[in-house]
Amino acid sequence: MIEVRDLRRTYRGRLGRPAVDALRGVSFDVAAGQRFGIVGESGSGKSTLVRLLAALDTPTGGTISFRGTRIDGVPERRLKFLRDELQIVFQDPMGSLDPRMRVRDIICEPLKRRDDERLAELLDAVGLPLDAASRYPHQFSGGQRQRISIARALAPDPKVLIADEPVSALDVSVRAQILNLLADLVERYELTLVFVSHDLSVVRHVCDTVAVMRRGEIVELGDVEQVYQQPLHEYTRELIAAAPTLRAALARFQEG
Amino acid sequence: MTTAVKRRTPTLTAGAVLVGLVVLVALVSFIWTPHDPTRVDAAVRLLGPTGDFLFGTDKFGRDLVSQIMVGARTTLYVGVVAVGVAALIGTPLGILAAMSPRWLGEFIMRVNDLVLAFPALLLAIMFGAVFGASTWTAMVAIGIATVPSFARIARSGTMQVMSTEYVLAARAAGRSRLVIARRHVLPNIAGLLIVQSSVSFAIAVLAEAALSFLGFGTRPPTPSWGRMLQESQELLAVQPRLAIVPGIAIAVAVLGFNLLGDGLRDRLDPRLAGRR
Ligand SMILES: Nc1ncnc2c1ncn2[C@@H]1O[C@H](COP(=O)(O)OP(=O)(O)O)[C@@H](O)[C@H]1O
Ligand SMILES: [Mg+2]
Repeated sequence: MIEVRDLRRTYRGRLGRPAVDALRGVSFDVAAGQRFGIVGESGSGKSTLVRLLAALDTPTGGTISFRGTRIDGVPERRLKFLRDELQIVFQDPMGSLDPRMRVRDIICEPLKRRDDERLAELLDAVGLPLDAASRYPHQFSGGQRQRISIARALAPDPKVLIADEPVSALDVSVRAQILNLLADLVERYELTLVFVSHDLSVVRHVCDTVAVMRRGEIVELGDVEQVYQQPLHEYTRELIAAAPTLRAALARFQEG
Repeated sequence: MTTAVKRRTPTLTAGAVLVGLVVLVALVSFIWTPHDPTRVDAAVRLLGPTGDFLFGTDKFGRDLVSQIMVGARTTLYVGVVAVGVAALIGTPLGILAAMSPRWLGEFIMRVNDLVLAFPALLLAIMFGAVFGASTWTAMVAIGIATVPSFARIARSGTMQVMSTEYVLAARAAGRSRLVIARRHVLPNIAGLLIVQSSVSFAIAVLAEAALSFLGFGTRPPTPSWGRMLQESQELLAVQPRLAIVPGIAIAVAVLGFNLLGDGLRDRLDPRLAGRR
């Protein structure tokens, strides 16, 4: 479905700041129906990779193919097929929804027309009431806003869904709900999922395969259970070691 | 911006009251003024305040109150046209500068800085010299001189909007730049533009007064606050009233629009409060 070869992205330094090598030669494949996780600490280049996968940015090196067609450095007018087939859910549940737009218009944005029937279907699929349509984003909680974001991503009936840290900004109490919703929808609509997170335990919850990123490189890639149980790279071990602190905190919280 | 709770904003209220007063006076002048503001009558020249002439009369015997009332029309008319010209040219220019390739954006902004560096009054005087001095040339000249402030604010607002994830999402949805500009950028920078309009309005009012004072603005006999000031000059020592009355009118309008602009700024974006 997606083929990434030696992908590089260097942000030019501006106003005296040094240039940043956000991606230093990343290669991987995502097969149709796969649930592909990308994990790495903040600043490791995950969002940069996501923007490139969606052809919202141009790489400084390497190639990306979507269903055998190159999408890197291609002008927007030749990306129409990609826009219908690949959609993104972003991290920030406030910043990814236009504050001046009603939920109806936000969700229908990828359709480029108003379609009340489809709207009702989508609201139902993400578990929002029908009357949400005429309200504005700020009238919803973080979790609900992420549901709106998911509904918008599903609107054009895509084949691939990219989720960039979709629960990182949410209250711990609603994370599981949104994760389960995503997992359900991926199954129901037979989506190929690319799921980004800084938390391997979250990736393990929804993905079958994982790529571990560190400073713009993939240091480990494989079956998620295998990577979790027998990490080969020191960095992966550190990530796993860091995650349980959250779990432990949660457990303590639940105990009382 | 979106979590705007209704705060008490004394500046906003004060500005709205002063601006409302000017607008009200201008509107009333269409249906009623105590006297004909242009009627010359030697019998009543240079009268002090009386029951009939509340603020007295000028050297031609014209009623000051009536002139101020009709002058408010001129003031608002100039402000609306000047700000309208500036907003209609400056806003698309600023959005274009922010959304086009870097070199083009930079070019637009350099030209913009050039216009900004050119003194507005000088531009208006040149316009007056070429096309003949009139309210119309003054308005257009003030408008053109105000274009850069709109272009700047529109550009910085647009750059901010373009860096948001909702614009990324719109791009991922296959929206063209033009559609993004109309659907996402414009509604989100509207607040900034309204604030800018109010502040520019104050500047335009002042500029029109200055131009009319210099003889490059509104022509006689159309009443204008700036020209009333000018005509008061020769009698300043003996009849300061003739300067004070239009002076206060100008001050009220300028203060009103400035306060309104500041109040709106605070209301729309508390983070910008107190900044110029
Ligand atoms: N638009 C940009 N301009 C310059 N540097 C950027 C830009 N976006 C990201 N970076 C830098 O690239 C690196 C990777 O960032 P990012 O892809 O956002 O990482 P992650 O999503 O894993 O936290 C960081 O060092 C970040 O500061
Ligand atoms: Mg990120």
